[in-house]
Amino acid sequence: METFLQQLVNGISQGSAYALIALGYTMVYGVLKLINFAHGDVYMFGAFMGFYIANSSWFQATMGSSVLSGVVVLLGAMVLASMLGILIERFAYRPGRSPSPGTLSFWFGILGAGFGYLLGQTPGAVAAGAFVGIMIGVVLEKWGLRPRAQSSSLKILIIAIGVSFFLENGGQQVFGADPKFFPQIIPTKVLDVAGLSLDSQKLTVLGVAIVLMVLLNVIVNYTRTGRAMRAVSFNLDAAKLMGINTDRIIAFTFGLGSALAGAGGILVSLMYPKIDPLMGILPGLKAFVAAVLGGIGNITGAMLGGLIIGLAEVMAVGYGQSTYRDAIAFVILVLILLIKPTGIMGKGMVEKV
Amino acid sequence: MIGEYGSLTGTTATFGISTKNGIEMALDEVNQNGGLLGKTVRVIVEDDQGRPEEAQTVVTKLITRNRVVALLGEVASSRTLAAAPVAQQAGIPMVSPSSTNPAVTEVGDFIFRVCFIDPFQGFVMAKFAAQNLQLTDVAVLRDIKNDYSVGLADVFVENFVALGGTIVADEGYSEGDTDFSAQLTSIRARRPQAIFVPGYYTEVGLIARQAKSLGIEVPLLGGDGWDSPSLIEIGGEALEGSYFSNHYSVDDPSPAIQKFVSDYRARYGQTPDALAGLGYDAAQILFDAIRRAGSTDPVAIRDALAQTKDFAGVTGVTTLDENRNAVKPAVVLQISDGKLAYVETINP
Amino acid sequence: MKRGLLWLGAVLVLAALEPNLRGLIGAYNYQILVLIGINIILAVSLNLINGFTGQFSIGHAGFYAVGAYTSAALVRYAGPSVRVLISSLPTIAQDAVLLLMGLLGAALVAGLAGLAVGIPSLRLRGDYLAIVTLGFGEIIRVLILNIDAIGGARGFSGIPQLSNFFWVYLFVLITIATVHNLVDSSYGRAFVSIRDDEIAAEAMGVDTTRFKVLSFVISSMFAGIAGGLFGHFTMYLHPNSFTFVASFYVIIMIVIGGLGSIEGAVLGAVVFTVVLEMFRGFGAFRLINFSVLLVLIMIYRPEGLLGSWTLIKRRRKAGAT
Repeated sequence: METFLQQLVNGISQGSAYALIALGYTMVYGVLKLINFAHGDVYMFGAFMGFYIANSSWFQATMGSSVLSGVVVLLGAMVLASMLGILIERFAYRPGRSPSPGTLSFWFGILGAGFGYLLGQTPGAVAAGAFVGIMIGVVLEKWGLRPRAQSSSLKILIIAIGVSFFLENGGQQVFGADPKFFPQIIPTKVLDVAGLSLDSQKLTVLGVAIVLMVLLNVIVNYTRTGRAMRAVSFNLDAAKLMGINTDRIIAFTFGLGSALAGAGGILVSLMYPKIDPLMGILPGLKAFVAAVLGGIGNITGAMLGGLIIGLAEVMAVGYGQSTYRDAIAFVILVLILLIKPTGIMGKGMVEKV
Repeated sequence: MIGEYGSLTGTTATFGISTKNGIEMALDEVNQNGGLLGKTVRVIVEDDQGRPEEAQTVVTKLITRNRVVALLGEVASSRTLAAAPVAQQAGIPMVSPSSTNPAVTEVGDFIFRVCFIDPFQGFVMAKFAAQNLQLTDVAVLRDIKNDYSVGLADVFVENFVALGGTIVADEGYSEGDTDFSAQLTSIRARRPQAIFVPGYYTEVGLIARQAKSLGIEVPLLGGDGWDSPSLIEIGGEALEGSYFSNHYSVDDPSPAIQKFVSDYRARYGQTPDALAGLGYDAAQILFDAIRRAGSTDPVAIRDALAQTKDFAGVTGVTTLDENRNAVKPAVVLQISDGKLAYVETINP
Repeated sequence: MKRGLLWLGAVLVLAALEPNLRGLIGAYNYQILVLIGINIILAVSLNLINGFTGQFSIGHAGFYAVGAYTSAALVRYAGPSVRVLISSLPTIAQDAVLLLMGLLGAALVAGLAGLAVGIPSLRLRGDYLAIVTLGFGEIIRVLILNIDAIGGARGFSGIPQLSNFFWVYLFVLITIATVHNLVDSSYGRAFVSIRDDEIAAEAMGVDTTRFKVLSFVISSMFAGIAGGLFGHFTMYLHPNSFTFVASFYVIIMIVIGGLGSIEGAVLGAVVFTVVLEMFRGFGAFRLINFSVLLVLIMIYRPEGLLGSWTLIKRRRKAGAT
């Protein structure tokens, strides 16, 4: 019995990790009807940003191991992750909807920087390459190369896949592909409560996840921006007609969702301190399953879905075979899609002819 | 033109990088002394990302596109097993520095290794656990996706039981996992005196931490897959007092080893782990074989390799037996004060 | 008659090329050609379900895997006994029989898998269908990972090399011909009607479920054949080669070429394989450049390289009659 309870605790810890990532997924899908495959990689990016912040000389000098240092790392990672999310939306997804000037310059700039690095390993070479790339982009756009504003979900899905590949492989290049060890900035104490080993760290993580979920709920349901978000998710064109700057709202949604993913990255890395550029792929998928399980577009559903999947996984590993672990999430996915596609907390959908 | 393939990226990146460094040192030494058969030796390095199917692909490329005459690699048995059939079929000799799973050389007579094999290594740790540490109840936590881990675990179990011990739990995980709380909780319930974790350093470090946070205080035991500069960084204090078997010890006072260690430190800024030492030796043995063969014909190299006898390297004296395996002693190391401490040597 | 002659001619050309190709273009390029062929089969078969029937499936790698492992297991385990039976034939014929046996098994089992996945999944639409097929693909992969008899996590080695340029491209031709004939028939019109407007098709009396499942099963059968050809060429199989990333790759192939056209799928497969291989020169930047290229193509030319080209061809053909 004690083992079972312990496994329960383990499952909730694991589940809260998935829940955090699922929150961002569900928001973005709710607003844009887009499965943002790159979301898992934003989570990875957040973890790495936290890693670099915590290892920076400034941090080492001024902060020790304490709650304050944890907050600094968390906020820093969230801000940086949200910036990445907004960048992605601006230069990868928005061009799918509307002619976005500067897209070509952005991407060619990146390509150029990469080439610059390949040819000469100095920062100067990288900057020169980026400059050349940006110029090429400007020229091409002057010549009239514009994005096709043809909105097909398949096209955007493939763009999402492309961005995901880009972040993963770019991460391997920039961060180095070998796993790094995340510094333990929040001290961990093992508490023995009624025969169960509770990690103070895991409790903190669970607590922060709950706080974030509550905050998100407040923003979405009780602020004007939140109302605009809900309007956009209901009907994009109607929202535009009502005077809502949909582009800005969409960017905001991405920023918010990405901030949550970044937070997820930090919190998970505190619990499981190994980080590597590919760490986001599988958790990202599982978090998406969690979002679907809970009812995509529903915030509480996402949290619930994450917990259920975490628990299911831990139980399967604890009482069954560990190689089936990754399949659990997908089996749940298949089951829920076949039984109740709108998810646990979702509403039924009527397809209009 | 020699090919080298290893995991330069991925969860076992230090394996590939250490081995590559060792090979590089040997390469520079040989080229500085006039090369082989009067020519400069070139080594082409490919990254298999730690994935078996990628190992197979890059070895195919090395053989068909780069036309190498011999191959060095891999560290991990599962990757060597994926690539070896290609080399065997193409008739290109392959020397593995540190793949310890017995099945590796069974692929064919072009596949060699310069390290001991797991039937011996598993016996070493079983004997150490039963006789030195006087343990009777041990749990096993193996990487079921990994030939090396599974093979080593099986041998350990067999030997430990034969020496009178009991295996109280046998759990599994997969390379790349980050959460082991479920398995460790099950193990904790059986109250073992130690846990045998024959995995790779990244997971072992995490396992050690999580075991501690679940209140498991017993030491961990392991094999040469633990050997990495990153092991202690990842595992931290949770690894204090744990033991593992390895190919050599940095504290060994022999002059050859000490020179190697100081040269490596000067060049790479790190203490060489066993994989670097084995990489160095594997390259040296291959070069020696080429010299003895007097030609760069793959078959001639293979024949010369098969006759390697009493080659004195930094990881010990290597003789390749009729199964193309090396018969060498193993050392047991303990982690104390955040460093590796030599405990004893066990001879075959 | 003319059709038969064309086929005979094609087979002869392939048979003539096979023994000489390695010498002509080198072992490395030979390997790439074979890979292109396998990718073409995958792309054309996926195009049947994604491009022509409009059902978005991201589980193709699962059927690819099922076919690969089935064929490999059949030949590995049943092969020796069958060889004894046909030992009177020359080795080449023996190999051919074994390969065809394996591929037949692969197609059947993959088709069954397609049936098993298709029936429950095809009730869903759009994004949901995509995700459920992704899920099934992963489940298949994890299942394979756990079956020790076919290597599981260690990989399945020791598969005899039975397939080569000749066989791969023979099946490329078979696949293209089959899909082409299917699309040009009444079945094809049903498929396209489902893609264009499923509800209208249903209202017009088209049994959408039957046709959706049919195209799914045929598509997975060919994916299975591709898998068998793959396994018997690389002589080694590992579940890591069949993740959802592999499914993504096939989708990328058909989108790059242009959805809904066989020529597009072929072109997409060729371009994809060649570009990916060429980018190897960039070393670590290979996949980075590839992904940026992908994003840019999707932004600036989402209809694919061929785009509407084949539509014009088709309309012209219809106008002529």
